[in-house]
Amino acid sequence: MKIVLQNLTKIFPSRNKKSDEEVVAVNNFNFEIPDGKLIGLLGPSGCGKSTTLYMISGLQKPSSGKIFFGDDDVTELSTENRGIGLVFQNYALYPHLTVKQNIMFPLQNLKGQDKLDKDTMLKRAYEAAKLVQIEQLLDRKPSELSGGQQQRVAIARALVKMPRVLLLDEPLSNLDARLRLQTREEIRRIQKETGITTVFVTHDQEEAMSISDMIVVMKTGIVQQIGKPQDVYDDPANLFVAKFLGTPPINVFSGRVKNGTLYIGSDAVMDIQPVPDQEVIIGIRPEGFLLDGNGPLKCSLTNVEVMGRDVSIVSTHDASMNPSVRSIINADNKFDVSSEYIRYTIKPHKIFIFNKETEERIYFEVK
Amino acid sequence: MVESKQQWKAWLYLAPAIVLLLIFTVWPIINTVRMSLLENYNGLKAAGGASFNFGFANFEKVVNYRRFGQCMKNTLLLCVITVPISSILALLIAVALHSIKRFQKVLQTIFFLPYVTNSIAIGMVFAAMFNIVGSFLGTDQEIVVTAGIINNIIELFGGTKVNWINYGSTYAANMFVMAVYIIWNALPFKILILLGGLASINKQYYDAAKVDSTPRWRVLTRITVPLLSPMLAYVIITGFIAGFKEYTSIVGIFGEAMGPANDSGRLNTMVGFIYDSLANNNQGRASAAALILFAVILVVTVINLQVSKKRVHY
Repeated sequence: MKIVLQNLTKIFPSRNKKSDEEVVAVNNFNFEIPDGKLIGLLGPSGCGKSTTLYMISGLQKPSSGKIFFGDDDVTELSTENRGIGLVFQNYALYPHLTVKQNIMFPLQNLKGQDKLDKDTMLKRAYEAAKLVQIEQLLDRKPSELSGGQQQRVAIARALVKMPRVLLLDEPLSNLDARLRLQTREEIRRIQKETGITTVFVTHDQEEAMSISDMIVVMKTGIVQQIGKPQDVYDDPANLFVAKFLGTPPINVFSGRVKNGTLYIGSDAVMDIQPVPDQEVIIGIRPEGFLLDGNGPLKCSLTNVEVMGRDVSIVSTHDASMNPSVRSIINADNKFDVSSEYIRYTIKPHKIFIFNKETEERIYFEVK
Repeated sequence: MVESKQQWKAWLYLAPAIVLLLIFTVWPIINTVRMSLLENYNGLKAAGGASFNFGFANFEKVVNYRRFGQCMKNTLLLCVITVPISSILALLIAVALHSIKRFQKVLQTIFFLPYVTNSIAIGMVFAAMFNIVGSFLGTDQEIVVTAGIINNIIELFGGTKVNWINYGSTYAANMFVMAVYIIWNALPFKILILLGGLASINKQYYDAAKVDSTPRWRVLTRITVPLLSPMLAYVIITGFIAGFKEYTSIVGIFGEAMGPANDSGRLNTMVGFIYDSLANNNQGRASAAALILFAVILVVTVINLQVSKKRVHY
């Protein structure tokens, strides 16, 4: 089931009666989510990603715009009739029901020709439990489960009625780091096995990048970029997207283009075309640095962090807009840790330049 | 050392409350037990310095007293009728109130009004509403002068007037009026408690239920009631305790006669019995009756708690 979002907008009226300040939570969102894919809505808090999810679920009504499931316009359809599965951030498992009763709850609501007998319901509940590997916990109460187990129960409850669309609201935010890693792979596996079109919301870019077929990066209600995780990472549309994706984050410098040469501070980094002379913001991915004794970029070395396979070099540069410049270098590269300066050349496809005012990407070619 | 010093301080801070409790709660309880065991005790010293006999004669007297069975029956009946009905009504009203947005505060205030109104005053209003003035004065001739609003409404819908509370009225009619009054009077407190409980239920459970297309009735029975069960248990237990202490409501409607003019005392309750005994200077009998009432409340509350242990979730 593909999901189409058409000019989707959500405006919250101002709380304060005196001021007319409205909050535009989601602004003119257009996107066609392909059938059977896993989509990550990504952005900092307050960017409208959860609001978008809740509009797809029907729990919130859009101020304008339309939502289609397949070819059906569901904009005016109430949540009850949308046939979605939703996993809440804190799971919202009914505390007084056992795991089995929780998973069976949606099935017991089925009416008319969809009505199931008790054996079928038990069978379906068991299958859903098996899918998320909690079949041995069926008689426990939610309070007797760990966070990760509760999260699986919530997914099983959402999946048991075979929803047209599965929605996950920050599904991993209540889990510890290790469990998060495990569960996100689990979500990916379950999504692949069931083939249900899935949308999930997260503020963790790593999480979104690692399991999504496509990611949507949002900021203050406006979609910044939509694409495959690797494409968005390699080809960010603006400074915000470049900064938001990637760990360690991208290194940002102030610089300028003059006579076809790109300068970081006074270091002439590379010759580019066809960019007119102007002040720019420059982003370089940590993996975009190459150690080079004669390299054009000269940084003062502060610290070297050994991470085994890689080495992370922390240095400073006058033009850097971050407190430090962090590069990641293969540990095979030998260099003098005690030296005062370090010199780099930059991989051309790992450096992005942005307009200083609009922060939009400026595309260039290396001369 | 520090610990004992602080303990000493703690006792000092508690002292005012403890002293008051000892004087006004603990001693009266002990004294009640003492008086209940003193035969023929009338609140005065025994004549000629003789002492009262010690024994269970007071209890025997209470149980054998002409009106005791009636009082017990009235009390139990009112409890059994009013507590479940008022609890269920309060639940439905609270859920309805919670679900509306407009006028919620206004309606809440209206529902809460009985709570802040004197029950004797409400009783008098109810008496006026159910009254038939000038009728059934022991003769067969009806000389109705004026009827209360309830009878007027009944007539409006084509029914015949009912003698609810006046001379010659039936026990069933009397009990009906009492039940309506007590249920209505008990509602506000229960609604308030349940509304508080509803407000504390996480809204996401209802969102989850919505996503799963749960019918309204099932939301109420499978989600709201279980999640509200601690509050419901509280409301029911305190409801029973208040029901066993019913007294002012009957005075409010029937006056001190505690019944219609032709059968005074017909609707008397346990507390009424205790009060009458005191009024007759029979402290021994009153104390014994009070202890019997206490025992009944204790037993019912223990049963309630046992049931709620199984029914109340988390």
